[in-house]
Amino acid sequence: MAQLHLKNIKKQYDSSGPVVVKDFNLDIEEGEFIVFVGPSGCGKSTTLRMMAGLEEITDGEFYINDKKMNGIAPKNRDIAMVFQNYALYPHMTVYDNIAFGLKIKKWPKQEIKQKVEEAADILGLTEYLHRKPKALSGGQRQRVALGRAIVREADVFLMDEPLSNLDAKLRVQMRAEIMKLHQRLKTTTVYVTHDQTEALTMATRIVILNNGEIMQVGSPQEVYNTPDNLFVAQFIGSPSMNIFDGIFDGERLKIGSISIKISEADKRMLNELRYTDKKIKFGIRPENVQEYQQLSKPEEASPFDIKVRVNELLGSEFMIYSELEGEAIVARVDAHNQNKPGDTMTFAFDMDKGHFFDFDTGERITDN
Amino acid sequence: MLGSAFNIFLLRQFFKGVPDTYIEAAKLEGANHFQIFFKIALPMVKPALFTVAIFSFNGVWNDFLGPLLYLNDESLYTLQLGLQVSHEQSTTQWNYLMVGSLLILAPVIILFFFFQKYFIQGSNILGDREEK
Repeated sequence: MAQLHLKNIKKQYDSSGPVVVKDFNLDIEEGEFIVFVGPSGCGKSTTLRMMAGLEEITDGEFYINDKKMNGIAPKNRDIAMVFQNYALYPHMTVYDNIAFGLKIKKWPKQEIKQKVEEAADILGLTEYLHRKPKALSGGQRQRVALGRAIVREADVFLMDEPLSNLDAKLRVQMRAEIMKLHQRLKTTTVYVTHDQTEALTMATRIVILNNGEIMQVGSPQEVYNTPDNLFVAQFIGSPSMNIFDGIFDGERLKIGSISIKISEADKRMLNELRYTDKKIKFGIRPENVQEYQQLSKPEEASPFDIKVRVNELLGSEFMIYSELEGEAIVARVDAHNQNKPGDTMTFAFDMDKGHFFDFDTGERITDN
Repeated sequence: MLGSAFNIFLLRQFFKGVPDTYIEAAKLEGANHFQIFFKIALPMVKPALFTVAIFSFNGVWNDFLGPLLYLNDESLYTLQLGLQVSHEQSTTQWNYLMVGSLLILAPVIILFFFFQKYFIQGSNILGDREEK
C-alpha cells in the first residue's frame, strides 16, 4: 500500500506544443481506489503514464510514500500496470506471462511457481496456465493481465482502461472481479476510464478531468449530487443533467415564459450573491423532473406542459425526451406510465434537487 | 547477409510493428534493454527472421558470380559453378544437366515447403501485430 502525491504536475510534449496536463494536484491515500474519468484527450492516460514513469514529467513533482519519483525508472517505482490491450506476450504461455517479472528479478523457481499458482487460483486461471494468449477469451486475457500485476505485490496498481475492449456483459462481471481483488489486496489503485458508470461504481474518489485540468475531485455521491461546475454536471449521470438558461428576478426563476418557484434558501443565496435580475444556468437531473400528479406537495411546485417527442423504455422506467422553451429536456418516469410520442404531459421540477450555475463561468453557485 | 539493405528494411519494419505496450509492460516488470530485445521483441519478429534466413540462404546457395571470382581451384567449385563448367564442355549432356539443376534446386524447394508459413508472413509486412 502506498500514498501518492502529485504536485503541480504539468505535461507539454514540446516547448511550443499544447499543454496536455495543467497544474495537476492530487493526494491519494493508502488503499484508495481512485478513478480518473473524462472525455478522450483530457489527459487522464497521460497522467497515469507519468505516474508509471513511461512519460517524462515536464514540471511538478510526483511522490510515492514521500519518495520523489521524478526521473526514477519505471522498474524502480514498485508499480504494476494493466494496459488497455493487456499487452500479454503472445509467444509465452499464461504461466510465463505471469512469471515474467519474477524471473527478471531472479526469484527462485519454487517461489515463482508458488506465487503464480496462488495468483492463478485467485483469478480462476489455474486450468489455463499452459495456454497461450491467443487461445484465451477477452475476459481470461484480462485476468492474466491482472495476475501479472498482482504477483509482483507492487505498492501501486495503475489500470489504463482495462475493460474498454470487453463486451458490456463481461465488463460488468470484470468490474466486480476488480473490486473484489481490491477489497482483498487493499492496494492503492489508480484507474483510468472514459466510462462514467465504471467511475461511479468502482471509485472511492473520482477525479474528473477536462482539457488537462481537474474539474472536481470527490466521492461518487459528491460528484453526482453536488457537481462543482457545468462540465461535471453534464458529464456525470446518464442521461446527463438537463441545463436551462434562466433569469432570477429576485423571487422566482424564469425559464423563457415559465416562472418557477424556488426555495427560500436558494432565493436568499442568489440575492446575497447578487444574481438578482441576472442570467444563470439551472440544472436538474431527469429523475428530479417529476410528473406533477405524482408530487407529494404539488402546491409547492411550478407545473409546465411538454409534448413527448421520443420515449425510451428501459425496463423499469421510461425516458421522455422533449423540449421546454426551446431547450431539450429529459424526464424519467415509471414504466407503468402510459405515454406515447405526441402526448402532452405535465411535469414539475423537484427544486430541492436543482442546481444553479454561473452563466459566464459555469461554476456552481453556492454560499459555502 | 544480415547487412543487406533488404534484410535491414524487413527487420526494421517488423521491429517497428512491435506495439509499444509490450515494451512498456516489460520495462515496468524490470527488464533492461537487452532482455526486452531478446525475450520480447526478437521472438515476436520470428516471421521476419525466417524470411531473412530463407532469402539469405537462397542468395548464398545460388551465388554464381562470387565463387567464380574468388575460386581458382576446381576442386573447391560450388555446385552452381560445377553445373556451368559441365555445360561448357564439348557436348552438353542435357539429361545430366537437368538432373543436376533439379538436385541443386531441391534444398531451396524443401526449405520453402517447411518454412512457407513464416515466409508468407514475413513478406506481408503487418502494421498491427496485436493479438486478437
